[in-house]
Amino acid sequence: MPGDTPATSSPSAVGLADVQAEPGSAKPDPILVVDNITRSFGGLVAVDVDHVEVQRGIITALIGPNGAGKTTFFNLLTGFDRPDQGRWSFNGDDISGRPAYHLARRGMVRTFQLTKALARLTVLENMRMGAGDQRGERLWGAMLKFLWRGQEDDITERAHVLLKRFRLDEKYEDFAGSLSGGQRKLLEMARALMADPELVMLDEPMAGVNPALKQSLLAHVKSLRDDGMTVLFVEHDMDMVRDISDWVIVMAQGRIIAEGPPQSVMGDQRVIDAYLGAHHDADLTVEEEEQILARAQEELAAEQEETP
Amino acid sequence: MSWLDVWTQSFEQMVGPSAVFYCLAAIGLNVHFGYTGLLNFGQSAFMMVAAYALGSLVATWDQSFWLGILVGFGAVALLAVLLGLPTLRLRADYLAIVTIAAAEAIRQILGSVSLVEYFNGQDGLFGFQETFENLNPYDERVGFDIGSFGVHWSAYDFWVMTVGWILILLSCIIVYLLMRSPWGRVVKGVREDEDAVRSLGKNVYAYKMQSLMIGGMFGGLAGYMTALAHNPAPSDFATDTTFFAWTILLLGGAARVFGPVAGAIVFWFFISWLDLFFDKATAENLIPDSIMDSNQASLMRLIVLGLVLMLLMIFRPQGIFGDRRELAIDAR
Repeated sequence: MPGDTPATSSPSAVGLADVQAEPGSAKPDPILVVDNITRSFGGLVAVDVDHVEVQRGIITALIGPNGAGKTTFFNLLTGFDRPDQGRWSFNGDDISGRPAYHLARRGMVRTFQLTKALARLTVLENMRMGAGDQRGERLWGAMLKFLWRGQEDDITERAHVLLKRFRLDEKYEDFAGSLSGGQRKLLEMARALMADPELVMLDEPMAGVNPALKQSLLAHVKSLRDDGMTVLFVEHDMDMVRDISDWVIVMAQGRIIAEGPPQSVMGDQRVIDAYLGAHHDADLTVEEEEQILARAQEELAAEQEETP
Repeated sequence: MSWLDVWTQSFEQMVGPSAVFYCLAAIGLNVHFGYTGLLNFGQSAFMMVAAYALGSLVATWDQSFWLGILVGFGAVALLAVLLGLPTLRLRADYLAIVTIAAAEAIRQILGSVSLVEYFNGQDGLFGFQETFENLNPYDERVGFDIGSFGVHWSAYDFWVMTVGWILILLSCIIVYLLMRSPWGRVVKGVREDEDAVRSLGKNVYAYKMQSLMIGGMFGGLAGYMTALAHNPAPSDFATDTTFFAWTILLLGGAARVFGPVAGAIVFWFFISWLDLFFDKATAENLIPDSIMDSNQASLMRLIVLGLVLMLLMIFRPQGIFGDRRELAIDAR
């Protein structure tokens, strides 16, 4: 949508005016710094990132074609998978190899591509679970309600406020499993906020969500930034990325191939090649089209023979 | 034995010592499976470890009864750690494999000839219940009659039942208090989706370990009651003990505080009645020998039980207390 006023802040507004639009560029105030991280599955190198920094207080998008290693990279950073090697730090503290729950407690909370609502708990219980450092979650105090009642009331109150913000307040007594796909996405995001995160990591927050809800989800993601949180999200829908992100990191075949503000990155030749293939703008000749057609027909015929 | 006895004896069994220890074992499984989603197929191992710790400490090593109880709980905790350490980080299936194997291994070891001087081999342990016997306040048969219909228990059985049902009540209270707390919420979250709980900053591994231990402790209580009700032998802790406890749990309804209690009562009434009924029917030639003799009749209860379990899973998979609505939600 060229010509529209971009909804995002300009690079200068978020303090990234002087940052070079190059892979691995240094940011003025990074919340997350990653060095030399690799992960391979057998012979396939899924992630091989030399250096990347994520700026505090903005929305950073991690994009790339299918199979680029975005989700694997995400899993590595959040402790859900172990890298072959590599170091990364959060707020200046080395957190490489720390377990997932430890990172979540530090303020780095993630969501999942395939939503993980706790189906047979109610929406409210899902929310309460999100809150960190609960006295009643320790075995020794759990049976003595007077120890945790006060804290539980505070948590419940916070949960109701967040549910209202995410328009789930009327569903709070329902089982999370009875919610629609989009509502589960909202619930997951709201639940992550219960943990008071500094960095929210969203793995394809818009996947499988209808267009109407997409707009509302977009607004919610933006509101996270406005509340002072840092957002890092994985996405492959370019339009969405253009809409809300302040900075874009592009991955392809496990590597970071480009970085920069959304407007400039979308025009980057390396990015276009990664998404569409290097020869995407060369037209097919008539002969080539006929060849493809003939091949397809042969395959069809062969299939029909196999299944009498 | 009259036809009336078929009914009275079934009612006696319904709340009798067997119902007590199977109920306690099922309460443990309820914590494991119903709330945390852990597949423990070795509940009999927890029972056996506790029963043998108590029995051998008193009978073999001449220690006090109460020390035996304490060591039993320690042994249960140790077993939970040993079973959980390698398996709880893996998928649920691994715990199932390891527990069923461990239960059999422990049974074979405690019943083995080479350890006969400590655990008395296949004959099992006896002569260690004195402290418990001395506490028995009843000195004659206990029971009540309504006309010609009467149920009675021996003084000792009734003492075992008294203590057993108090323990069941306390266990239910503990389970209730735990499961309404934030701790219970996390554990139920682990049942639904471990990764989601992990992403919210909870140490899933620790919670699973705690759950395995607590459920094992209830299994330990079941072991003590088994040991006190009759002399414990390896054959009391075979795999079918675990599977009876599972049947009770599924019958009553998993993830319900009173599920195992209702399950145990129904199960023991039902299985005793079937046993006595077929016994009586073949003895009276109500079922002629050409169809079934009295030896074969004793197997009928297991056949019918299997059939009922199948029908239960098809028509009422949530058990007696369960909520079908909850089951209808496809969790994964």
